[in-house]
Amino acid sequence: MVFEDIIKTENLVYKKTSFMTDNTLSYCPGCGHGTAHRITMEVLEELGLAENTIGIAPVGCSVLAYDFMNIDMQQAAHGRAPAVATGVKRCWPDKTVFTYQGDGDLAAIGTAETIHACNRGENITIIFINNGIYGMTGGQMAPTTLPGMRSSTSPYGRDVETMGNPLRITELVAQLPGVSFVSRQAVHTPRNVRKAKKAIKTAFELQTQKKGTTFVEIVSNCNSGWKMTPVQSNQWMEENMFPFYPLGDIKVPEK
Amino acid sequence: MAKELKLMKGNEAFAEAAIRAGSDAYFGYPITPQSEVIEYLMAERPYDRTGMVVLQAESEVAAINMVYGAAASGKHCLTSSSSPGISLKQEGISYIAGAELPCVILNVVRGGPGLGTIQPSQADYFQATKGGGHGDYRLIVLAPASVQEMADFVKEGYELAFKYRTPVMILSDGVIGQMMEKVMMFEQMPRISDAEIAEKYPWATIGKPKSRERNIITSLALKSDEMERHNIHLQAKYKTIEEAEVRVERIRCDDAEYAFVAYGSSARICQKAIEIARAKGIKVGLMRPITLFPFPKKEVELMTQKVKGILSVEMSAGQMVEDVKLAVNGRVPVEHFGRFGGNIPTPDEIVKALEEKIIGG
Repeated sequence: MVFEDIIKTENLVYKKTSFMTDNTLSYCPGCGHGTAHRITMEVLEELGLAENTIGIAPVGCSVLAYDFMNIDMQQAAHGRAPAVATGVKRCWPDKTVFTYQGDGDLAAIGTAETIHACNRGENITIIFINNGIYGMTGGQMAPTTLPGMRSSTSPYGRDVETMGNPLRITELVAQLPGVSFVSRQAVHTPRNVRKAKKAIKTAFELQTQKKGTTFVEIVSNCNSGWKMTPVQSNQWMEENMFPFYPLGDIKVPEK
Repeated sequence: MAKELKLMKGNEAFAEAAIRAGSDAYFGYPITPQSEVIEYLMAERPYDRTGMVVLQAESEVAAINMVYGAAASGKHCLTSSSSPGISLKQEGISYIAGAELPCVILNVVRGGPGLGTIQPSQADYFQATKGGGHGDYRLIVLAPASVQEMADFVKEGYELAFKYRTPVMILSDGVIGQMMEKVMMFEQMPRISDAEIAEKYPWATIGKPKSRERNIITSLALKSDEMERHNIHLQAKYKTIEEAEVRVERIRCDDAEYAFVAYGSSARICQKAIEIARAKGIKVGLMRPITLFPFPKKEVELMTQKVKGILSVEMSAGQMVEDVKLAVNGRVPVEHFGRFGGNIPTPDEIVKALEEKIIGG
């Protein structure tokens, strides 16, 4: 088959959304960020929202999300994305506003901003990538690092006696009345990608209905930080992360 | 609302002016001695008056980042706090300066360091004029000396902020914030429409239509050459501001043999000190910097052709005096006099300091 045949409509099974740029992703091969970016942009395109969306990038591996997401974007200080998103959304209530944050950003330095934006029920969507480690700074312990899990700042494993327990912030957020939808998903298999995309779609739909904060956690891998191959890291994630961070909807709006 | 004469506290005048200047949003957190700002705004229901959003944030950190988001989407927004709260905002202010966003920030200064005191002070001069947060940046700093200026500088602050795409700080103090004076409140200005934002601020992140490339608001440049270029651009902007935006007031300088340099409430007290000194036959005038950045370097330098000595009067241990000395460059003696830690100098103390440190010195 030559190129001309491949691009014929009847042969086209997949097309990259124009709301992802053509820039080469800065993420490590095997990392879940690229998929999480893509399905977020696909959802915004499918819902017809992308041209009226403002995205807020965090500090962490996805600090450069604006290089890849082909929409208007702001880059926030570490942990402050929910406050920045609040500022945008309060001034532009009919625009779609989302944050895309990692676990260090959202669940450590940004805990106050996360909890309070959710508690106010800001009409924003928070996409939370939890890989249990600080990827960008070189694999330090995160608030979500599992007990006994090794990182560069817990080289002998996370000792919960001295380093505290991992924080299930998603369950915490689900308690708040301002939050209408909370789901935890993964993107390491096609089946999980479909489910994660469905959750993100629900989150944005509820935002357009002004139902309060919607929150989707994606439990992901960090093969570089975990010092594993991509395949090993996905297996380790299933065996260790999923029991502690079980997948599924945690809070759905009452019908 | 038409133009009207009112009797107001400085903090209230700032809040009323914020509504009338056509602000889209205020984000704040209570702290003494400026809590009247958010109290006044909440009581006034600005959303019903003009559509202006007022939100009490969970912290000063959150409030300044809300300002970042609103400003990055082309809105006229402002925040206010007092010294310890402004310290918390410094991270956000640095990002706002780096990302070149327009906004107005009020600091009603109280005594420090640390939790300090709730009494008035001018000890945040260094923080306001030399950067404050991390990195090479400057704020435009306006120093009100009256309740009238607390109101007027909101409007002027927005004009400067949008002209240069840079944050503007109004550096007030507990005296100006808390005292009541008459103020001629300017008439209500319209808020800028969404369509006007799209047209006037092509950089604003308000959703990317097909017709243009995406807008990105960031202060990040991982490549050092790129970051250096951005810094050179910022420095050129600050240079332009230094050349074009100096504002200064001269009081009784024409025949002056000595001069006070003072801003804000110290400048008010110096006016009384001038009367006392002149009754004693000492010809002293006052140069009041209205902009602290840009500092009136040339104006102070020019003054050395006429006066024999300069007393820098501040409610600090001596901060602005360094800028005065740099401008004077040894041509005439420069000394500092200040009360601090929440104390306010009396006019008599100032005259005594002039006599002892400058005339007798």
